[in-house]
Amino acid sequence: MQIALLSDIHANVQALQSCLDDARTKGATRFVFLGDLVGYGADPGGVIDVIAQYVAEGAIAVRGNHDEAIYGSSIYMNDMAMSAINYAKRVLAPAQITFLQNLPMIVREDTCCFVHASAASPEKYSYVDSPTAAERCAGASELPHTFCGHVHEQRLYFAARGPRMTVFRPTPGVAVPVPAHRRWVALVGSVGQPRDHNPKAAYAIFDTEQVSITFCRVPYDHHAAAARIREVGLPESIAYRVESGI
Amino acid sequence: MSSLESLAPGSEIDGFRVINRLHIGGTAHLFSVEVIKGPDPGFPLVMKVPRVGHDQPTESILGFETEAMILPALKGAHVPRFVAAGDLARVPYLTMEWLQGTGLAAIATTAPLPEARVLKLGASVADAVHALHQQNTIHHDLKPDNIIIREDETAVLLDFGFAHHAHFPDFLAEEKRFASGSAPYVSPEQLTGSRADPRSDIFALGVVLYELATGKLPFGVPDTLNAMKNRLWASPAPPRTRVPSIPPWLQEVILRCLEPDPAARYQSAAHVALDLRNPEQVLLTARANRTERAGFMTQFGLWWRSRGERHALNRNPQVLISESPVIMVAVDTSHPDDERHQALQWTARQMASLNLEFRLICVSAIRAASIGESGGVADTSSGLQLVHKVRLRNWIEPLRLPAHRVSLHVLESGDPAATLLEFAKSNNVDLIVLGAPAPNETSLAWWRSVASTVTANAHCSVHVVRVPSRSREDWNRPDNFAA
Repeated sequence: MQIALLSDIHANVQALQSCLDDARTKGATRFVFLGDLVGYGADPGGVIDVIAQYVAEGAIAVRGNHDEAIYGSSIYMNDMAMSAINYAKRVLAPAQITFLQNLPMIVREDTCCFVHASAASPEKYSYVDSPTAAERCAGASELPHTFCGHVHEQRLYFAARGPRMTVFRPTPGVAVPVPAHRRWVALVGSVGQPRDHNPKAAYAIFDTEQVSITFCRVPYDHHAAAARIREVGLPESIAYRVESGI
Repeated sequence: MSSLESLAPGSEIDGFRVINRLHIGGTAHLFSVEVIKGPDPGFPLVMKVPRVGHDQPTESILGFETEAMILPALKGAHVPRFVAAGDLARVPYLTMEWLQGTGLAAIATTAPLPEARVLKLGASVADAVHALHQQNTIHHDLKPDNIIIREDETAVLLDFGFAHHAHFPDFLAEEKRFASGSAPYVSPEQLTGSRADPRSDIFALGVVLYELATGKLPFGVPDTLNAMKNRLWASPAPPRTRVPSIPPWLQEVILRCLEPDPAARYQSAAHVALDLRNPEQVLLTARANRTERAGFMTQFGLWWRSRGERHALNRNPQVLISESPVIMVAVDTSHPDDERHQALQWTARQMASLNLEFRLICVSAIRAASIGESGGVADTSSGLQLVHKVRLRNWIEPLRLPAHRVSLHVLESGDPAATLLEFAKSNNVDLIVLGAPAPNETSLAWWRSVASTVTANAHCSVHVVRVPSRSREDWNRPDNFAA
């Protein structure tokens, strides 16, 4: 089975649709959304509606810090991010906010653990941005395959010997074997706001039969996504980031 | 798991039946096997079973896993064909093509080999290393034990347990203890922890060439890490002091491979192969005529500098190759006044200006001298060769390229396209540049088919150069067909 792993969609419905189309073309039959459905982008409602439909059909979705910020007050955000949260609060319908409230923090299934930030205290939304952080995440996950988002870059951490982890920068489109006798922490990148100077949407596919992960990059109309951000009156800096992939 | 190691003939695993035990190794056992379930691959098979257990170093199982990951991704005649791998947690094994040929280790026991043999074998091994680098893989354990020479003299590389593939995680990257390569062949940067520089294989290639040419190892067989580290600064005894008949140019090639600084070595194994096949083009430096090891002060200087080179740069093999291209220009010296020559020269000049570590091969494919004309065949042929070689030299001279970057070849053939294609392939050419056919050139009818045949059948990219001032509309004007 091919499981599509999509994270940090950030209300970018153009990028989400392109990634879903790409994943289905590549044979994905199961979908996991790793959080941050909203924030930054112009279409939080559109994104929630698409994902709610997938969840109704059996997909998994977990909660991200931007999702929690819609209804919780304890999440810290910078001004730019906060303006998008306030915008989303204004445009989202109560049912859409309830959908976000009902998202689980972490889901474990077979060999896989799905979480937005780190399996080590998921509610703290700490970044898996170092081998040490990946080691804590894999330790708390207690499963061979942990899939996260939150850092907006594609990385694969692995334990070569003992619990100590090593970072690997994956090449898009290459299936990397991830045998279950090792611990792996895959950061699948961001669908709606990539930050590696490449505006292409990022996601990953986990193949449960080959036991491999393929990191994917999908070109989409990022200018249209940026235009929507300007159109609804969100800060220019957000539009610029989506256009330039930063 | 350990029961796999003592497989008796007749045992069956995952659709394979064991025929014989071939080899008991320190880290793995080898068995010849046959397929009993599923399609027969049509070539003999060998099954590699790792030794596992508490007495085994972790690197050996990491190495097995590395090979099981990388081998299925490799293609071509220079690696054994992968057939199947067993689940590491259940039945770890690796089934692959059992290569028929002679081990280079057996050949090396008869070294020093004659010069012609060293060149032939060395160029074959360099081709194999280049083919691996083109696939983004670094071998890291190049030595005669891991090289098989097929009957047709192509080299096949074995044992990818220390290899690094840029597309896959490197299980050995974080090993604190020295974990990669074999003591006599390992590169200086591998000793300081580098796992991602393809030029490490160029160094090992230099050790292999040294061994074949002299029958000795340049740094002996050191048994401690400290003893190995002298290669960070020490220069080996020049090959010609071991075997005086070795020509200066071959010493130049070998010592250039063995430079402690990767940037001072050949940047591409294809360039090593090119030089071994074209001795007259090798740029001779002080290395060629060195008659003793470097003096104390030179070695002290190298030692001093080596202290700062603890962290070698990671170089992606494909990127390094793309910066060290072999470019072949097909020049029609039979028609020296053709207006396309200038356009071709401009293109060659543009490529030379890219500041790459390039090699430019200028080739003229001429019609074979016909038998029965005035004088003997050999005379006619060599006379023609000379005429066209002079034209080639005149063609390239205005570009003022350094001599060691350029080589000139006149190939006689009844089928220029096939000859160009074959020559490009055997010299690991990355890009073929040639003139486009012009629709009205009836006198050059063969040229048209050369350009299109080469473009259609080349193993690499082809750059077809057209004279810029001519548009298709110009060609279609009736007056152009007057001639």
